[in-house]
Amino acid sequence: MKTYTFTEKKDTRSGFGAGLAELGRTNPNVVALCADLVGSLKMDKFIEENPERFFQVGIAEANMMGIAAGLTIGGKIPFTGTFANFSTGRVYDQIRQSIAYSGKNVKICASHAGLTLGEDGATHQILEDIGLMKMLPGMVVINPCDYNQTKAATLAIAEHNGPVYLRFGRPSVPIFTPADQKFEIGKAIKMTEGTDVTIVATGHLVWEALEASKALFEEGISAEVINIHTIKPLDEEAILKSVAKTECVVTAEEHNYLGGLGESVSRVLTLNNPAPQEFVATNDTFGESGTPAQLMEKYGLNSAAIIKKAKAVIARK
Amino acid sequence: MPNTQHLKDLTTQVRRDILRMVHKVNSGHPGGSLGCAEFFVTLYNEIMDRNEGFDMDGIGEDLFFLSNGHISPVYYSVLARSGYFPVDELNTFRLINSRLQGHPTTHEGLPGIRIASGSLGQGMSVAIGAAQAKKLNKDSHLIYSLHGDGELQEGQNWEAIMYASAKKVDNLIATVDLNGKQIDGATDDVLAMGDVKAKFEAFDWVVVEIKEGNDIDAILKGMAEAKSKTGQGKPVCVLLETMMGNGVDFMMHTHAWHGKAPNDEQLASALEQNPETLGDY
Repeated sequence: MKTYTFTEKKDTRSGFGAGLAELGRTNPNVVALCADLVGSLKMDKFIEENPERFFQVGIAEANMMGIAAGLTIGGKIPFTGTFANFSTGRVYDQIRQSIAYSGKNVKICASHAGLTLGEDGATHQILEDIGLMKMLPGMVVINPCDYNQTKAATLAIAEHNGPVYLRFGRPSVPIFTPADQKFEIGKAIKMTEGTDVTIVATGHLVWEALEASKALFEEGISAEVINIHTIKPLDEEAILKSVAKTECVVTAEEHNYLGGLGESVSRVLTLNNPAPQEFVATNDTFGESGTPAQLMEKYGLNSAAIIKKAKAVIARK
Repeated sequence: MPNTQHLKDLTTQVRRDILRMVHKVNSGHPGGSLGCAEFFVTLYNEIMDRNEGFDMDGIGEDLFFLSNGHISPVYYSVLARSGYFPVDELNTFRLINSRLQGHPTTHEGLPGIRIASGSLGQGMSVAIGAAQAKKLNKDSHLIYSLHGDGELQEGQNWEAIMYASAKKVDNLIATVDLNGKQIDGATDDVLAMGDVKAKFEAFDWVVVEIKEGNDIDAILKGMAEAKSKTGQGKPVCVLLETMMGNGVDFMMHTHAWHGKAPNDEQLASALEQNPETLGDY
């Protein structure tokens, strides 16, 4: 079985910051906006190198989304930066009308998504954003797994003409994908080959899925881990191909099971190849304060939870 | 001096378009549309520097954004009569499969429209973004926008108003249609906004008042003044005092026609008050 190791941990938001800085050097149409969270979003380098292409809007996210929509008229490619909660729920109607319905080429870049934001607690830990954004017609939804993939995704979305929601996080997590990867929107990545169970994971849960697959292997269970960095459009073919072989699936995400990746996978299976599925996701609940590791354990979002669900879903075959 | 008789004739024709459009589908918003007919006609014919045809990016021309999208009838009529799409298409207003949706949208690809509007309070932010794109592109043309007075109750406007002066967005002329009315009644009764001029000035905007917002000469003079104030480090606000339902006696002095279409009899009376000038669609 293919195994993954890491030598360094970094936050995915820094991957965004590095990608944005590179875009600043390579794409003169890229502009950035931020609602008073420059440091948290790691946008400093872009700002330092391109002060005239940066718009600090203050604590006014609704205005930021509208300005971003307006900047596209004239050929700019705006990247907005704030926390995931303030990038989605707070400004849903602005995104819906001025960006999605208007078909504007805005990149909504959202940090501190999910429980791993940690100690700030539930007011800031959005677990509904994937659902909110995937429901918007035309919106692409991307949730990369590590620093390198987040950087690659940041570069890739500048080349995509249309609205994109790019979701990343706060904590340092293992870097296990290649630095020079080519990011293909909508193309799943098979991380391990397996025959007993498919684990479809996104974001921070991809590493947990790989850890789970190692432990399962030692128990004689062969897991196929698929890294779904793009939740919409979903790589249905990759999922169906894997489940045709394993006949069951665990989905894993740092999000409510309602509206998340798991439900998108369920739809694909129901329409094409009904198969048992278990969800590693939050169970229609808000989060709370705590360290990221404590929260992921309490809410059942780590490798231990994936192992448990994998065994449960295999038993249902 | 521009040919204001032609503008007046065009305004009368636009009024007929508005009335006939909303009557046909028994829905839509004639009151605010009629109140802004002179403004739209003057803006598109005398004030804005527009390129031939339509290009979304609008490089090298003035751009207009309608924030209070419900007055789409006047917008569509003036766009059609400015050559953006065939005047006959006004026949399809609010019908299934039409590019002329109830509220303006880019979704159906109607030339002349650059943003969807209807959910209120969003247009000023969009106009500011477009104005800042113009600056980045070293394009000296201006951005115009129109907002309802009731619409100023939406908080996003005040985020935008604060931002525009702080960031010296001085290539923007945002006009507020001060007709004093909204769906539930007089703005003063629904949610009094006090001194709108003082509020904009407190946010460090330059304010130009057009007291006779249904008089083409007054609009020409006021907008020329507004234009002369651009490029001086401050955004410019025009307070345009209009009469909702202007040009149709029974639609004036009331908010009743905000979102109501005339019946056959009312249409006949309204059209009689506005005889055909340039030809109905």
